[in-house]
Amino acid sequence: MTDVSNRNQLAYIAAQASDARVNVEFETEGMTLNLGPQHPATHGTLRVIVKLDGERVLRADPMMGYMHRGYEKLAEVRTYPQVTALVNRIDWLGSFANEVPFILAAERLMEVEAPPRAQWIRTILFELSRIANVILFLGDMGVQLGAVTPAFFAFRDREFVLNQIEAVTGGRFHPNFDRIGGLKDDIPKGWIEETTGVLGRIRTFCDEIEDLVTGNEIFQARTRGIGVIPPEVGLAYGLSGANIRASGVDWDLRRDGGVGLAHDQVDWKVWTHPDGDSFSRYWVRLQEVREACGIIEQLLGGIPSGPVMAKVPRIIKVPAGEAYVETENPLGVMGYYVVSKGDLVPFRVKIRSASFSNISITPWVLEGTYVPDVVSILASLYFILGDIDR
Amino acid sequence: MGLVENGKMPKPLTALLNISRKYSLWVYQWGLACCAMEMGAAFASPRYDVMRLGVIPFPASPRQADMVVISGTVTDKMAPVVRRLYEQMPEPKYVISMGSCAHCGGPYWDSYSVTKGIDQIIPVDVYVPGCPPRPEALLEGIVLLQERIASEDMTDRWTRDPIVVS
Repeated sequence: MTDVSNRNQLAYIAAQASDARVNVEFETEGMTLNLGPQHPATHGTLRVIVKLDGERVLRADPMMGYMHRGYEKLAEVRTYPQVTALVNRIDWLGSFANEVPFILAAERLMEVEAPPRAQWIRTILFELSRIANVILFLGDMGVQLGAVTPAFFAFRDREFVLNQIEAVTGGRFHPNFDRIGGLKDDIPKGWIEETTGVLGRIRTFCDEIEDLVTGNEIFQARTRGIGVIPPEVGLAYGLSGANIRASGVDWDLRRDGGVGLAHDQVDWKVWTHPDGDSFSRYWVRLQEVREACGIIEQLLGGIPSGPVMAKVPRIIKVPAGEAYVETENPLGVMGYYVVSKGDLVPFRVKIRSASFSNISITPWVLEGTYVPDVVSILASLYFILGDIDR
Repeated sequence: MGLVENGKMPKPLTALLNISRKYSLWVYQWGLACCAMEMGAAFASPRYDVMRLGVIPFPASPRQADMVVISGTVTDKMAPVVRRLYEQMPEPKYVISMGSCAHCGGPYWDSYSVTKGIDQIIPVDVYVPGCPPRPEALLEGIVLLQERIASEDMTDRWTRDPIVVS
């Protein structure tokens, strides 16, 4: 028989035991989640190994190389005009923009300069490929967060941009139009008016997307304050393009780079956002599409007359030397370091692609977030697999 | 039910089954490289709209899919994954190889890391050439595959030649 004090003690022990059992039940276990290499959120074949504690991400490691095609090695056995056909396919959404820095580097080595008309048309096509690229991001961001309709809008209006690129270059996806010393051809008749019409459509698309997505309560809740990247961390990881401008860093190579494109001839603005979260990355890109429409419209109004090709030898041998040129591509800074030994083929081509640096921040930014936010952050960082793995 | 295993189904029943299979091809939602964007244009854009052909591009798991489009470069690192995803699909299953990379390596024919031809690891039913093929070309490949399914006999499924869109 137990007395009262003993019973109290027993009750206390029983309470302790039940508490302990509850603790055991609620104890979370580590789990490893494989995102990819086949996953709709990875734009291809990126694999992210996410170590979870319950819903919280302890560690995320991007595994690359599922789309490694060996561009740098292949460029060593291709002649200079052949390399453009190859590098088209690095960032497959904005193909023309990939050719430009390589051609500029080769032109710098050969000490030729494209005629002004070629530079202007180059800039127009450069910005058109930016629109073709970023439009798909605006649609895809909705898909990743559960809204399929923006993707249909994006694919619908992207067709018109691709038609305009095809009308000039003959290639819907991979133009291969840039040549050392200018362009392959001039623009066709009536193209300027048609392009102005298409720009109107793109502006309408931006307004529609703003109505559909930007003000949406669910979209805001899933992107505002999620995946915040402070400017100093972003710079330390080598972010570029809209990702770093969304953190408030006012840096755009189109304005600051001084490479041979016609961006300094027109009046435009670099958009930044102070927040650095997923929403601001989306918002900056939306404004950049509008800004690109403005740039193209101004350039279309004043294309100088003249030839589109400078005098270059038929068989291109680039003199010995090395050059590094980087431009502000749709995904960020893209640069080519070309070393020539005076041959038909480059001796070495190092490609600095934007997505490779952009994706390197994922372990830092994903740490401590929740599983549903992983997809939203990955989508807002916006990478393309060909651009990561090369 | 022994008739089905022998491949001796009654003709009208075969025709009926083939028609229903032809117009409900579920395509596995999976993109590899550049061609995936043209595949996306064919599947998701209102201009090409593959759903009017009875092709449904929604399954996000290979276990629900009848058909897979290998859309882009398959590297040696990716090849085992492709094989594994193919093996997870239920029979009868069809493979469309889209773009020169998937056929033979394409522009990366001399690369050290690219698999030269997806047909080395899985059987291919339709080849759609191009780099990348236009969405119209992919649609033609799908239509040709549907025509083949309409007159398909299970016994000769394994011995026929692949279709090449030209």
